[in-house]
Formats: sequence, structure tokens, C-alpha cells
Amino acid sequence: MIRTLLFIPLFGGLLSFMIASDRLRRAVLVLTALCHFTAVFVLWNKGFAPLGDTWLGIDALGLLFLLIASTLFLMAAVYTVGYLAGHPHASIPDKRFSRESIFTGSFIFFLGTMTLAIMSQHVGVFWMAIESTTLASAPLISYQHSPRSLEAAWKYLLICSVGIALALIGNLALVVSAAFDPALHGLPMTFGALADHAGALQSTWIKGAFVFFLVGYGTKMGLAPMHTWLPDAHSESPSPVSALLSGALLNCAFLGILRVHIILGKAGLAMFSNQLLMGLGLLSMFLAGWFIVQQTNFKRLLAYSSIEHMGILAIAAGAGTQTHFGAMLHAMNHSLTKGMLFLIAGNILAAFGTKTVSRVTGIIRVMPISGILWIAGFLSICGVPPFGTFVSEFSILYGLGQSGHWIVMALMLLALGIIFVGMFRILIPMAYGEPSQELPVSPENGWYVIPPLILGAAVLVLGCWIPQPLNRLFAQAASLLGAY
Amino acid sequence: MITHIIVALLVLINLQMLGSSRLGGLIRAVALEALLMGFLTLVIHTGQFTWYEWVVIGSTITVKSVLLPLLLKRALHETVVRRDVEPLVGYSLSLFFGLLFVGISALAVVKMPMPPIHTSPLVIMAGMLTVCTGLFLIITRTKAITQTIGYLVLENGIYALGIALAAESPFIVELGILLDVFVGVFVMGIMIENINREFDNIDTTQLTSLKD
Repeated sequence: MIRTLLFIPLFGGLLSFMIASDRLRRAVLVLTALCHFTAVFVLWNKGFAPLGDTWLGIDALGLLFLLIASTLFLMAAVYTVGYLAGHPHASIPDKRFSRESIFTGSFIFFLGTMTLAIMSQHVGVFWMAIESTTLASAPLISYQHSPRSLEAAWKYLLICSVGIALALIGNLALVVSAAFDPALHGLPMTFGALADHAGALQSTWIKGAFVFFLVGYGTKMGLAPMHTWLPDAHSESPSPVSALLSGALLNCAFLGILRVHIILGKAGLAMFSNQLLMGLGLLSMFLAGWFIVQQTNFKRLLAYSSIEHMGILAIAAGAGTQTHFGAMLHAMNHSLTKGMLFLIAGNILAAFGTKTVSRVTGIIRVMPISGILWIAGFLSICGVPPFGTFVSEFSILYGLGQSGHWIVMALMLLALGIIFVGMFRILIPMAYGEPSQELPVSPENGWYVIPPLILGAAVLVLGCWIPQPLNRLFAQAASLLGAY
Repeated sequence: MITHIIVALLVLINLQMLGSSRLGGLIRAVALEALLMGFLTLVIHTGQFTWYEWVVIGSTITVKSVLLPLLLKRALHETVVRRDVEPLVGYSLSLFFGLLFVGISALAVVKMPMPPIHTSPLVIMAGMLTVCTGLFLIITRTKAITQTIGYLVLENGIYALGIALAAESPFIVELGILLDVFVGVFVMGIMIENINREFDNIDTTQLTSLKD
């Protein structure tokens, strides 16, 4: 099943480069997404075998992130069909290796590389996979070939490649940390094996390795102060790509940090990694708050909100076992909400033709469904009940209190408050009032509305009731995190 | 002895890159550096080579010191009008930083606890110096193509650290990392051409429309 999950996007991607017909290619995109989604459920149904020394395997943590990525990809793929039909780029349609075919192919390969990253248990394979996610997604960001999108893509490619190169030094340091004890000779460099023998690893080198991983994968995850590529890439790329970057890709990088964090915990160095994670998390939240309050571009605003939520996840991962369940729940809630918001942002951009906040008013009048979803998304991203984000943020705050991190909790509440006010002032006036331009009120296109509607409904359901199997998955993933 | 000579050459090449004002010279230097790294693997390695180690060394040298420099040369011919580097930090100051990096790397090697296995401190120093040089080039040189070269230098440095610390990855992983670097520089090359078409130059100081 693990191989199937990798082969589905590989075939789909290759096929997309080959197919000449635009309509057929779009069908392949949705079909690939559906097959991948189904395969994830089949895998879930089969349960987990012990990983052993395998390089590719799935555990509860991996399955959770895979589920998030696959769900989001399915929704983004459906949306993309509408997007591609509405933004015809090629002067000659139905051409092989046209810009659209390269876009679709890279889009599917992007899913494949994320799947590989989530399933890799070997530190080297994980590095490879994360670097290839950068390479597969860079052409997606520059799809429109406008100067601004090229600038964003260049920054993304360079900053992330350099960051990930530093994570490779982290890989080397991990190998060296295992070289001190002769008993560890020939130890396979898998996350599991390293965690099992964590006590025998040399502590200075393993601390160094964590710092390099945190800087390297933290760049990709968008933790401040390494976040500089993120607002540019998220605001300039086509909306379904922004949704995937924010909802799926950032999580993959987070998974890498988590897996090394587990090793440090097992080595008795949890204090060290916890403090670093919480420090960077708080920094990310406040920095995001600073830029959200004065933001004039609504897609950049959503990007900064992703930095904020990555900060929350980092804090929750670093605060000890009480917050881990909340962290897992929050990873899913944030991805679903942010996916929905970016897709709606795409609808607003298509209707109003601008990303400037002040020039968009009266969304509800022009596009009733999108307008209502926009408000729902705002409430959800700020953690207002009855949405799932409320449950997860509350659970994290409660855990912080239980474990005695009062200062962190107070600072986090402060940042959440600032961000709530900032977003309220910016997003709500966009929805109400008279439309700023004379726009025809037409029924909304199903391709554009149904995916965000489903994502929004999912967050709402998660806020009221977590299905039993999913609840078990969150708990299993959390127990993997806090196994020390 | 041969190791010492190669390390000395690597230090000199790094300093030369920091002081170099010509883009063509920079590309030649990075190619030579990758070639020396390849030799270093042959010299340092103890014991017999297996066939797949030969494949890894052979493909590393081919990709990093032949294919990628050729690719960069091509991008240079198609895009750049002014062939000099146009740094943010002057050449003599860059050289001074280079010497500083030599000192820092040497100090770090002395201070770090070294594993009891066979490692070569001099090569670790050269690797760290190369990593620093790469990062410095990326930060202080403004052309997209020099930043790509800086990325290659950084990768060379990490490769040197890998061989010095005897941190060999399995065959597939080594080749996978190499493939990522190759495709990465390839995509950067394509993007440089696109940037050139859109902006009429590849000066990244003009990429400033996105900011807060």
C-alpha cells in the first residue's frame, strides 16, 4: 500500500505531462487525487505494522499528516479544475508540455514528494523528499510568469534550498553523534532506530543536529525569523497552490522537526529542544501579529496567519505531553481552515481583481456563499467556538496551564488577542457594506465553492464532535510524540 | 600529505572566490572545487572501494564539476550583459571575512568533541570554511546567478563535511541528494532565464516589489 501511494502521484504526474487534451488532463488530476485519498483510507484501515528498520513506513504521526495532505489536495485539485478553466494561459489549447500541462504535472508531483516526505523514516530520505517538495512547487508559484510571481518563486527556491542544505548538516551531525559508542556501529539512520538508541548518542552533537534541523526545516515550516519567503510565495501563487503550501507543505516540515524532537526527548535532552521550540513559536506568533495588524493585502494576511499557527504548533510540541493531543488536533484544524480561506481568497481575487483590502467591500452582496464562508473562516482561524480550532487552541492553552507554563500561556493569549483584533478590523469590513465596484451578481461556480464549503464543514464538525477513529489517531500520534 | 595539499588548494580557492570579480572565473572555481572534493574522497577513504562507491564518486564529479558549471555557463551567456559580480560587500572586505572564516573553522574543529573513529580535522575545517564561503556569497552577491553559485559552494562544503566525518549515507540516499542538487540548480537556471526575460537583468536587488 505504501508503494501504491507513491506510484499513484508518479503515474498521474507523468501522464499529465504527456496528455495533450486540457480537459482530459484535468480529469487525470482529480482522479489522481481521488485515488490517493482512497488509498490513504485503505492504509488507515489496515492499521500500522511495527516499523523496524524500514526506510519507508507509516506510523500514527505519519498517517495523520498524510490524511491532512491528501484531503487538502483533493479539495485543491477540484478547485484547480475551475481555476485552470477560468485562467486560460496557452494561446493554443490542448498542447503537450504547455504551461498548463507543466503546472498540472508539478502539482501532482508535489503531492508525491509530500507523500514521500511523510512516509520516510530514514533521515537521508526525508531530506531528499523535503528538498524535492521545494523543487516540485517552485514552478507552481511562478505559474502566472508575472514579475511578482517570479520574484516570489526565486526567493522561495533560494531561501528554502539554502535552509534545507543546512538541515543536511544536521543529518551529518546525527550520524556523528552515533559514532562515539562502538556498540552503535552500523546503526541504520532511521528516526526509529536513533530514538531507540538515543541514550548512547553523544549529547553535544545531537544538540547541534537539532539546531541545524530547526533552522533548516524551520525555514520551510515558516518559523520566524526564517519565514521571509512565506508571505511572498503564499500571496503570489495561484490560490489552490497557496492552500496546499500552507495546509500541507508546512506540516511536512513540522513533521521533520517533530521526529528529531522525539529523538532528543528519548536522549533526555527534552529541556533543550522544548525551550527552543517554545521560544521560536512565541517569536513567530508575535511577529505574525505585528504584520497582521498593519496588513493591506489579504493573501499576505493569511500567509502571516500561517506563521502564527506554525508558532502555536511549535509551542504545543515543545510544552510537554499535556499539549501534544492539542497540537495534533490543531495541525488538522489549521490546515482545513487555512485551505478554505485561501480558496475563498482566490474567489475574491477573481471577482474583485485585487488583493488590496481597502478595495474589497461587500463580498456577501456579490458572492453570498463565499462571503459567508469568508466570515466563517475568519471566526475559525481566530479560534472562536463552535469551530475545531477553538477546541484545539483551548486544549493547548489548558495543557500549558496544567504543565505550569504560565508565562508562555499568558504571552500566547496576548498574541492571540492582538491577532484577533487585527484580523477582525481587516477581514470583516471586506464582507459587509456596499460593493466597491459595479459587479454583476451571478450564481457562483460550483468548482470554486464546493471545495471550501466541504473544508469549512469539516472544521465545524471537528469543533462539535471528533469521530472515534480520528480521535484514536490523534491520541496515538500524541503518544508517539511524548513517549519519553 | 596529498590530503594537506588538497586542503590548502581548497582554502585558496575559497579565498579566490571571495576576491574574484568575474562571473566566469567564479564558475571555473566552483567546478575545480568540486573536482578537488572528488579527489579528496579517493584519498581519505580507507579500505577497498565497492562498485557503488565508484558510481557515487563518478557521478558526483560529473554532475558538480562538469554538468552544472556548463549549465551555469550557458545561463551566463544567455542572460548577463555585465560580466562582473557587483557585490554588496567589497572584494577586500570579503577577503578579510574569508580569513575570519578560516580562523573560526579552525577554532571550531579544535573545540568540538570528535568521535573516536577515523576523521580528518583538516578536511572538517576545509568543509566548514566552504560552507561559510557559500553562505557569504549568497548573502553578499546580488546577481541571481552568483547566488546559485553560492548554493553550489555550500553543497560542496557539506559534501566535504560528509566525507571528513565519515558520515556515509546509503547508496540510494547519496544519489538522491545528488539528484536533488542537480535538479535544484537546473530549476534555478530556468528561473534565471525567466527573470532575465521579465526584468531584462538578473539583479536580485531589483526584486523588491514584495515586502511589508
